[in-house]
Order: sequence, then structure tokens, then C-alpha cells
Amino acid sequence: MGDLRDLYQEVILEHSKAPRNYRELQNPDRKAEGFNPLCGDHFTVYLQMQGETIQDVVFQGSGCAISKASASMMTQALKGKTRQDADELFERFHNVVTGHAAANGSDAELGKLTVFSGVSEFPTRVKCATLAWHTLQAALAGKQDAVSTE
Amino acid sequence: MTTIARSPLHSGRTAVHEDAPGFDVERVRADFPILREKARGHQLVYLDNAATSQKPKVVMDAILRYYEHDNANIHRGVHYLSERATEEFEEARKSVQSFLHAARPSEIIFVRGATEAINLVAQTYGRVHVGAGDEVLITTMEHHSNIVPWQMLCEEKQATLRVAPINDQGELILEEFEKLLGPKTKIVSIGHVSNALGTVNPLAEIIRMSHARNIPVLVDGAQAVPRVPVNVQELDCDFYVFSGHKTYGPTGIGILYGKLALLEAMPPYQGGGDMISSVTFEKTIYNKVPHKFEAGTPDMSGAVGLRAALEYLERLGMDNIAAYEHELLAYATKVVSAIPGVRLIGTAKEKAGVLSFVIEGIHPHDIGTILDQEGIAIRTGHHCAQPVMARFCIDATARASFGLYNTKEEIDALVLGIQKVQEVFA
Repeated sequence: MGDLRDLYQEVILEHSKAPRNYRELQNPDRKAEGFNPLCGDHFTVYLQMQGETIQDVVFQGSGCAISKASASMMTQALKGKTRQDADELFERFHNVVTGHAAANGSDAELGKLTVFSGVSEFPTRVKCATLAWHTLQAALAGKQDAVSTE
Repeated sequence: MTTIARSPLHSGRTAVHEDAPGFDVERVRADFPILREKARGHQLVYLDNAATSQKPKVVMDAILRYYEHDNANIHRGVHYLSERATEEFEEARKSVQSFLHAARPSEIIFVRGATEAINLVAQTYGRVHVGAGDEVLITTMEHHSNIVPWQMLCEEKQATLRVAPINDQGELILEEFEKLLGPKTKIVSIGHVSNALGTVNPLAEIIRMSHARNIPVLVDGAQAVPRVPVNVQELDCDFYVFSGHKTYGPTGIGILYGKLALLEAMPPYQGGGDMISSVTFEKTIYNKVPHKFEAGTPDMSGAVGLRAALEYLERLGMDNIAAYEHELLAYATKVVSAIPGVRLIGTAKEKAGVLSFVIEGIHPHDIGTILDQEGIAIRTGHHCAQPVMARFCIDATARASFGLYNTKEEIDALVLGIQKVQEVFA
């Protein structure tokens, strides 16, 4: 089990207290709802697309520090990226938070998202870190039903 | 006995905790092997008793003894072991009867747990008595297991689920409850002690009001049986359910108590062996209660383990346990609510065993992870009571729930843990 400071890094705490892109889009091209039935966390992710490119991505909802910071930093990372970029980034992110790939600060693709590598030491919190990403995928896929981590 | 610990109330100074007279918690702790475990390098502080309780050695020994000496299928064989196993199982039933102060052993039905017991009543008594346009009455503070079985029944029967409201302290509003009792109400189903709030419901009043209108009452005692003395005849409830695993007994076993006349009039729940008197392809004659409701080979070792748990509690005395836990809860309420930024959820006058709280600006899930690093086990989330969370406009709480082996020193550790949580998020 890792150190608490590996999990609750300053950047994560800061984003959880002041999440970026935390709002609703009035007429989103796509949106999806995601929730974690175990802890009650729930988020809605809104997308404005231009073809295959994510022109704008914002979110709203409530959750723990990890899930909120992850959602916040996800929106920052994805603005202007293509759908394929988003899928690839999620795969890398997922590998890092589940401990399947070592993250290092020089991982240019993941960039700031490497701060979530501490999550891999806290298996019960992986779902917190990935909730927004699963919700994003559902929005990109145009799914109607709310996605669940379970 | 007297123990000494650093108290966060008098930081830096030494606090002396006096335990309730007639209850030696250190001796009790020695009966629970798991309490000697370390968690994350710390001495385990187990404050998740409302989820499940730990088991005393006598329970494990009883289960082992059953498998080593008595195991065979019950109510069937003519052989020696089957006779012994049957006797063990039926003795366990009598011990539950005595613990709940039921009139007859045949009013005690072995099920998997409180959840199955409620489903059993909904699917038997409920399906017979609840019809289109009828109502089932519950309260806002119910566990999902006392909501969903009734929703399923109401959906099937085109009946309506009515919900009696609670106030800001988490207490049932009795006048509103009484207003909801009407000619269409076919059953009332209510928790004895709320798992999310700790509220102890005024059952005597509730049952009196319901019976005045000839409405039967099911009491979900999952959180009450381990904490307070229960006398089903004094309560005059029609059904009472609880789970073995929250009562210091094994998992997989629970109890449905029902008044004999009701049980006899109810159709069976599941079909199978042991619940029949005779079977032909043309007609099956059902067995008498309680066997009518116990289809298939039951959890025999579970029943033996549950008996050991209830006898253990009887030796300690439920009055002593209730008094000791009351003192623990009062202490925890005082020291936890004194921490700046902490707000208690559930501040009913009558409470037992449960301290739910939120910390300003910090999600309960994060509280749980940080406390866990200190070896402190609490529950975080909605506690299978999402309507309660909605009532208080929150998504989740952190919940410390106490058992008979917890100590004031462990509550002090919780307070220090909460302070650490606040430091991390400062």
C-alpha cells in the first residue's frame, strides 16, 4: 500500500477543490451520465464535436477528490483532440492507474495525467479515477443509458 | 476496568476511560481473534459493525465441532448422525426463539438473512393480501432491502408504495406516519434501528397505531438484534427479521419470526424437499410451519453458529451490551461532533450503534481511504439507503458503527484519524 501523498498529490487536491471546465453545455452534441453505485459518485460529461474532433468537453456532478480531479484534468487533456486520441489516451491512463504500465514524468502523451499513477497502489480507488473516462467513452459512442462502474 | 489513552479532547494530556460497570470490554475483546489483526501496519480498529460484525471464537468452534462430530442431512435419515444434526438444528431454532422471546419454536424460520426474510414475506403474505390499488407503507429511512422487495410486489400487483417522512434529526414523523395508515394499507414494514442514521424507531407506537387499523407490521431488526434486547411478544409485531452475520454469528443464516397464525395461513415461498408432507404429480401437500418455508437442505452449520452467537450474547447480557454501546455512542457523538468542520447525519434522540458524518469539503470516500491507512475500518457511501441520502441532500456519508468489543480508545483513534484527513485536505 502506497503513501497517502502519492494518492492525494497537490495537483489532484487542487483540481478537486477547483475543478476546471465544470459546467453544463446548453446544447451539447453529445452527453452521457456515469455513476459508481458503490459510492454514489455521479458525473455528466458534455461534448461539442467538430467532425471527429472534440471541440469542447465539460462536466458536472459530484464525487470524491480522485474522481473529480480526474474528470477535471481529463477535460483539459482532451480539448482539441480527436476521438482516436481520446481512446488512446484513456488506454494509457487506464494502464497507469491499474499499475499495468509504469508512468514517468516524461510520458509526453499523458502529460499531467501521470499524477494519477499513485492510484495503482489503492485498488479500490481505480474506479474513482476512471469514472469520468468511462462516461466520456459513453458520450462519444452516443450511448443513451447511464454507464456504471459495476 | 480502567484503561489509559491519549484523548484528543485534551490533546497532550492523558485521559482515563472508565468502562460501564458489569461489562469488561478487554475480556470481550479476547474472545474475538480477528481483533488482534494488524491493518496497514496499525492495530486494527474495526468500526464497520453495521455492515457485518466479527465473530467470537465460540462461534467458530461451534461450526467446527458441528462438522467434526454431527454433520448429516437433517429431517431425513434414520441414522445416528442425522438424528444428532436434526437435534442440533432444532435446538438452534429454540435458542433463537428464546433470544427473541417468541412464543413457539415453530414461529422461527431459518432463512439466508434479513433480506431473504423480507422477500419471503413480500412474496407470500404480500402476494396474497396486497392487490390492485392497495398500499404498502414504509419509511424514508429504510435500507434498500426493505424498499425493493415491496416495490417489486407493488409493481406486480399495481399497488402503491407509500413512504412516511423523517425530520431533520432523522426521526420518523409519527403524525405523518399515522396519516398514511388507511383502509388501503395492507402491511407496514419498518426498520427497528436505521443502518444509515442509527435512529431507533418508536415501535410500540407504530405497532399500536397499525394494529388499531388491523394492519400487520414487519420489523427489520438487522441493526437492532445485535444492539438492544428484543422481545417480539412484548412488541406484538407480526413479523421480525434479522441476519446472523450482523449478530456476531456466521454469514448465510438469518431469521424470520412470524406469528403462528399468519405463517400457517401463508402460502409457501420456495418449493422443494423438506417443505412437503407428500408429493404426487397430481398434488403436493405442504409441510407444517416452520418447515413449509424451509425448502431444501438448510444452512445447518450456520444455525449451529448462530446459536453459539446468541448464547454468547445472552451470557454477556443484552442489557449490559446495550448500556455499554450507548455509552460508546454518546462518547463518540461528543468527541466527533466537536471536531470543526464535521457534521453528524442522524441526530435522533433515540439512537443505537451508528455514527454517520460528513466533513465539509471532503468526500466520504476520501475519508475512508485515509482512515484505512491508519488501520481504521469505517464504511463510506450511501449504506444501501439512497433515499436517506437524498433526504439530507448528500451523496454519501462516512459511517462509524460500533460493536460490543469497541473501546473509547478506538474512538479516540477515529478522532485522530479524522484530524489527519483534514490535514491532508488542508
